[in-house]
This record gives sequence, C-alpha cells and structure tokens, in this order.
Amino acid sequence: MATMPIIYMNEARFELLKLSRNRSYLFSMIGFPVIFYLLFGVTNKDAVFHGHTIARYLLAGYSCFGAMGSSLFGIGAGLAFERGHGWLEMKRASPMPAAAYLLAKLCVSITFGVGITILLMILGTALANVHITTMEGLRLVLVIAAGVIPFASLGLVIGLVMPSNAAPGVINLVYLPLSFCGGLWMPIETLPHWLQVVAHGLPSFWFSRLALRTIGYVDGSAVVAWAVLASYTVVFLLAAAFIFRRQEAQA
Amino acid sequence: MAASVLIEPQRNAIKQDGSPVASLREVTKKFGGQVALDRFSLQLHAGEVVALLGPNGAGKTTAVRLLLGLSQATSGEVKIFGGNPRDRASRLRLGAMLQVGRVPETLRVREHLQLFSSYYAQPRPMNELLAVAGLEGLEERLFGTLSGGQKQRVLFALALCGNPDLICLDEPTLGMDVEARRSMWEQVRKLAAMGKTILLTTHYLEEADALASRIVVIQKGKMIAEGTPEQLKSADGSRAIRCITSLRPSLVSAIPGVSSVEQDGQAMLVRTQTPEAVLRIMLQQDETLSGLEVRATALEDAFLALTNQTTSPTH
Repeated sequence: MATMPIIYMNEARFELLKLSRNRSYLFSMIGFPVIFYLLFGVTNKDAVFHGHTIARYLLAGYSCFGAMGSSLFGIGAGLAFERGHGWLEMKRASPMPAAAYLLAKLCVSITFGVGITILLMILGTALANVHITTMEGLRLVLVIAAGVIPFASLGLVIGLVMPSNAAPGVINLVYLPLSFCGGLWMPIETLPHWLQVVAHGLPSFWFSRLALRTIGYVDGSAVVAWAVLASYTVVFLLAAAFIFRRQEAQA
Repeated sequence: MAASVLIEPQRNAIKQDGSPVASLREVTKKFGGQVALDRFSLQLHAGEVVALLGPNGAGKTTAVRLLLGLSQATSGEVKIFGGNPRDRASRLRLGAMLQVGRVPETLRVREHLQLFSSYYAQPRPMNELLAVAGLEGLEERLFGTLSGGQKQRVLFALALCGNPDLICLDEPTLGMDVEARRSMWEQVRKLAAMGKTILLTTHYLEEADALASRIVVIQKGKMIAEGTPEQLKSADGSRAIRCITSLRPSLVSAIPGVSSVEQDGQAMLVRTQTPEAVLRIMLQQDETLSGLEVRATALEDAFLALTNQTTSPTH
C-alpha cells in the first residue's frame, strides 16, 4: 500500500541512486571541488592570509563550490534532460505528486553538497593540517545544507528554460563566474576592487561569507547574508513558477 | 456511396451501457494560431481497444496528451472516469506509455518499476509485471544497457504498474522487432480481455487492424472516419482482382464496374465493386488468364482512400 511518505522517500532514494551511478555527474560534482582543493588548498597549506591558512579559507570556499555545483547540475541539468527527452511527461501522467519530484532533487543536492564538505574536511585535516572543531564542522555543514536552496532554485529556472543539450554549458557559464567572483576560489580581498563591488550583489559571495563565518574568518552578523540568499530564493522560485505556468498554458 | 457512412462517424459508434471511461467532447486545441484538434469528440468504453490512426501531425498525440491532463484544451471538455484527468484519483486508475526519447539510464529495470509501483495504491506484483512485459531476466540490467525494443517494454511495464483500468499507449511498438511486436499485441489483447480500456495511437495499419475493436482515423485534427477494421475496409466496397492476363489495360478498364486498373509487376490489379461480373467477362476474353486472386481491400487502401479524399479537393 503506497502512502505519501513512501512515495517521497522512494523518489529521493532512487534519485540519489541514479546520480551516484552517473560517472560524468560524479566527476563534475565531486571531482572538481576535490581536485581544486588538493591543487590550490593542500599544496598551499603553509600560506597564510589574514591570519588564516589558505587551506582553511579554501575549505569553506570549495565546500560552497561543491554545493553550488551539485544543485545547479543535479537540478538544472537533470531537469533539462528529463523534461527535454519526455521522461518528465511519463512521470507527470502518473500519480506521482510534483512536490515529490522536486523535493527528491533538492534532498539529493543537499546530500551531495554536505558529502563534499565532509570529504574536504577530511582531506584538509589529513593533508593540510587544517584544524576544525566539531562545532565549526557542524555549523559549516548546516550552512552548506541551507545554502543549497537558492542555487537549487536557480537550477530549477535553468532546467525549465534550457534545452537538455545546452543546459550543462549554460550552467558552467553561470557556475564558474559566480564561484570566482564570489571569492570561492581565492580570498575575495585579493580580487580587484571593482570585482569586490560586483561580488556584493552575488548569492555566491553571501553564501561563502556564511561558510567563512562558521570557521571564524568573517565576524559580525549573518542577517544580511541570510536575507540576500532568501531574497534570491524567492526571486528564482517566482521566476520558475512564472515560466512553468506559461509553459503549461502553451502545452 | 458507402463513404457517407464514414463522414457521419457517430453512426458507427459501438453502443455500450454505462458512462464512458474517458471522453473528449468537442475539444479544440490550438498551439498559437495552429489548430491541432478541431472540435474533436471521442468516447472510450470499458473493454474497448481503440486505435487512433492518422498521418504524422494529425493530432493523435495531442489527443492523448489532453486525455492524460498533460495539456489543457482550448475549448471543450475532457473527462476520465467522470473526473478531471489531472486529479490524483483519476491518475491512480490510468497508465500511460508515452514516446520518451531518453529514460534515466543509471537505474535498473527493477528499480524503475519499483519506483513507479510505489505511486499506486494497488500495484501489480513485480514478477507479474516482468512476465507481462517480457522483461524476465532483465530486471537487474541498467536501463542504459537495454536494446530499443527492451526499452519500449520497460515503458509498457511502467504503464501497467498500477494495474490501471485505462491504458494509453502512444506508438507502443515503435522500434520493436516483429516478434516483440506480436508478443506486445498478445499482451494488449489479454488486457482487453480483462476488461481494461485501451487507447493506442499507431501509424502501423497492421497494428490497428490486429488489435483495435474500433479505429478512429484523424486527419488535420478532425475525425474523418470511425468504425471497426472491417467496417473501414468495406467502406468503399471495392475488392481487388489480381491476375496475369494478356488483356490490354485499356480494354479491362472499359468493362462496366471497374474503378481502376494498375500494372503490378507481371500482374494486373483491377479494383471493382462487382468482382464476379468483371471476372466473368475477363475469363471469357482471355483463356490464358492465370494466377487469379481476389481479395478484400486492405486497411491500408481504405486508409489511403480516406486521407486522400479529404486532402485533395480544397488545397
């Protein structure tokens, strides 16, 4: 007897299974943050910036990078593929609740984001002498999990608009500049001044601020950062709803 | 002329008791300025196998998508089981096999079926599902490793997961080999025997002929004919005489009752509504006439006759 919670759980379970068997997805999701962290974080483990080692700074940065990637690719490219090839229609003609489909994708993005963060913490601790207290680690994981939401919402917009073959390219065009300008790859203070100004308008910057705050790199209130991320989430979700309605009317 | 029967399709409708399982009433669907369906009506009754037949772009898939609630009618009414096709209650009794370009490839056959089965209140048992769709032994295979025909069978199984009362199959045997196609036909017949209602779209006339209790021919969004395969075939009333004869075609076409004469390789193909009378004359005039064959019009001929009738004059 199928009950609603079982549908939601199954949907998430099989979504996770599906992506964890997809090598190209795994490579871009987990491979990139891990390789970048090893190249730029671990090899620079003794470099110090503003009283913190680069390895520590980049642990937060690449955790955000991994979470953004898993939500943009998992949801954006995944939805574009399933929508573009007609698979979504099969699911929509079934009694599956639409929310189960979307929540499954969100849960899997969070799982991957958190998984990457934990992996980077292990690598940083083991290879680059990064010291992270349990409390810091826990707070970082929570920030990463919540920070997936605005990027998942952006992924939803991309997945609804883009044809399946164009989606990965478009996502890279969004993902990589957002990561660089948001200070995910190097301390934001080392970027040109005008880029720092631009960064203050980007969700990736505020996401990284929240992550850096958990390891003591940034002080002060987190309210502005959360408010910016929440506003982006609302804007992306409204855009997605608008696009979806328009597509429905034309379907 | 017998064609008048076809132009008033409702007269051929099979009379059934009770309310229809699904209905499209006076449905018009426009995409921008394009009319995909034009005041199209269709009723499906319990236990019927209805084939929607028509050239590409005739509106077959549009009709199915409307029935499944995947698309909204511009005007008219769509109902399944007396309710809105978008309601969960309706969808629990419905199974659909659509044309899917690519299905997620990294799930196993069993996993795909397990997930879809979990959507329904009373799913069909897994082993039964595998048997019906001919997927035994393939359950542990990743979807991406299956052949085209096997993939189609998984989609068929997904349509049957919930043991639905109404099953919509959009071009179900596309890409299947002859054997797989025959075995799917067998399954469709079994489903119909169980009292399930089946709507299928196809461009294989043979398939419509083999399966359908009723064929609905659509062209340019309009129903142009409806009836049992036999009714459609006999609609223009003509038969085909095939024989090897030394008679000149011009002579044969002068025989009263002959509607057309064609050369078919060595043989001659003569279409007529009165084959007996025509043959009597031909046999008298040509003692060497051989390889004689008289057959009813194939569904294909009826179909071509129908679709040509409505295209040629105005455009």
